[in-house]
Amino acid sequence: MSMSAERTAAPDAPGEGPAPARTPGRWSSVLRQMLQTRRVVFGVVTIVLMVVIAWVGPLLSPWEFGERDYAAFLQPPSPDHWWGTDNTGRDVFVSTMVGLQKSVIIGLLVAVLSTMVAAVVGAFAGYFLGVTDRVLMWITDLLLVLPSFLILAILYPVLRDQGWVVFVALLAAFLWMVTAKMVRGMTISLKEREYVLAARYMGVPAWKIIFRHIIPNMSSLLIVDATINVSSAIIVETSLSYFGFGVQPPDVSLGSLISDGAGQAVTHPWTFVFSTGLLVLLVLAVNLIGDGLRDALDPQSKRRA
Amino acid sequence: MWLFLVRRLVNYLVLIVVATTCAYLLAASALSPRVNYENQSPRPSEAAVDARLDELNLNDKTPLAERWMVWAGDVVTGDFGKTVTGSSVNDQMEIRVLVSLRLIVAGTVLGATAGVAIGAYAAVKQYGLFDQLSTGAAFTVLAVPAVVVAITLQVIAIWLNGAAGQTLLVFNGEATPSLDAGFFGTVWDRLKHMFLPTVALALGQFAVFSRYQRNMMLDVLGSDFVRTARAKGLTRRAALLKHALRTALIPTVTYFTFTFGVMMAGTTFTEKVYNWKGMGSWLIDSIATNDVHAVAAVSCFMAVCVMAAAFLSDLLYAWLDPRVRVG
Repeated sequence: MSMSAERTAAPDAPGEGPAPARTPGRWSSVLRQMLQTRRVVFGVVTIVLMVVIAWVGPLLSPWEFGERDYAAFLQPPSPDHWWGTDNTGRDVFVSTMVGLQKSVIIGLLVAVLSTMVAAVVGAFAGYFLGVTDRVLMWITDLLLVLPSFLILAILYPVLRDQGWVVFVALLAAFLWMVTAKMVRGMTISLKEREYVLAARYMGVPAWKIIFRHIIPNMSSLLIVDATINVSSAIIVETSLSYFGFGVQPPDVSLGSLISDGAGQAVTHPWTFVFSTGLLVLLVLAVNLIGDGLRDALDPQSKRRA
Repeated sequence: MWLFLVRRLVNYLVLIVVATTCAYLLAASALSPRVNYENQSPRPSEAAVDARLDELNLNDKTPLAERWMVWAGDVVTGDFGKTVTGSSVNDQMEIRVLVSLRLIVAGTVLGATAGVAIGAYAAVKQYGLFDQLSTGAAFTVLAVPAVVVAITLQVIAIWLNGAAGQTLLVFNGEATPSLDAGFFGTVWDRLKHMFLPTVALALGQFAVFSRYQRNMMLDVLGSDFVRTARAKGLTRRAALLKHALRTALIPTVTYFTFTFGVMMAGTTFTEKVYNWKGMGSWLIDSIATNDVHAVAAVSCFMAVCVMAAAFLSDLLYAWLDPRVRVG
């Protein structure tokens, strides 16, 4: 996964004169390759659109979040209420948009946090091996065995009043294990590389080698995993919120909206369809980007594409 | 090879014990059975509540370590203690474990087999119509949380039943209560009840495995040993099945352990949505009723399941990869 191996000279366009051929950097070639993949473009466009309407949509709507229309309970979509109203007269469009905001924020924060934990734990375990490795991997295995849903659900009543930021930390604490195992495996092979050995013989302390040489050289794996973790975080958040262990009223997320609408999905479909549809679209778009990123970053998978 | 398997087994047993203990300590310190009595009317005196909690080994005035010692002593002899209402956890477990296992085994076997078969076939026909359809289906299912899959299937079933004017698909409970239809009638009734929850579980498994197996198969298809197998005169089918698929299955088998944990959570949701009285729905119910011993028992069950899956994948791994057997 060395940087130089992937730099390829750009083919000289004919008739362009003797201008020196510019070597595109790794990231610009990755970017170009991604933009050529249809599914990535679709994913990025979808996410940008969703983020824009999630934050701009509530401003355009005549209704405020949490405002109740006592003249309209469970009304189907109309010019007045674009996506209809729910059983307490709230505008479905506005609450879905606010829920979408929360789900996007939670997804991103959890993914970044858990990938960071995974990188540090995996790199330390793989670099030092021995006792450090045993202890860290044992904790990882243990967390994989304990159903995370159970721990989150048990701990939740204790932390209920702390707001959704604590919820984010808890989610992140249970999503890093699989990535950490992969990071560990890669670290074991990376630490034999010349640049790591050189740094070590020059007397660079171990933690500096890990943060300066090992983790940056796994950036592609980490970026792909962070993307995948966004979608798993959103999915876990939805499931927990559905059972009332997640985001609590007055806050809403797509999960709590789906759980409100599920009971009346057949009789009043608009309370269920919009939040579910947006959720599926959001996760699908994130997954498509992750898949495209993997193809662009992983030289092995280029063969397949 | 036997040494390898025995070492893994011992490791798993230790993990199960630690996981169950952790779950007990967490549950015992976070859940408070005392609250259950505060809402009763007439409200029992504190002394009466203490006496009752002492009897159940749930009194939060007793130090946690002491409660744990009593509980652990009972668990070693195979007794998981009493629920908050005073009934035996073991009795409940006997019924619920079977309910859950039925769902887990059927869902996993169906989903994983279908996923591996479809993923491998899609890789062979890369970019063909089948590949594109199955990839599209897998991506869509991967984007839907297990809860939403279960609810959506339920909504579709309600709609179908309404359209057909009769009950085609059943989506509530694991059997019709007090049904008297003889042996085959009962089996048929149970199968009808099982259909939707199993599909809900299997769909998720199918999506994960078909994606993974497709990628692994693509890695292997271009390799030299498959070409060699063809060159020495094997038919395409034999070369693909015996050499390509077998090799491509090895990483998938290791991956199985990771997905199984996610699956267990999926089972919890599916049981709850379809109103099955299994271990998963018991977990959610017992957290709501502060039932410490039930929570610990369910976590033990889940840990055993995950470890059984891990051990199964070790066995499959040893069977598929000769290097493990020799080394």
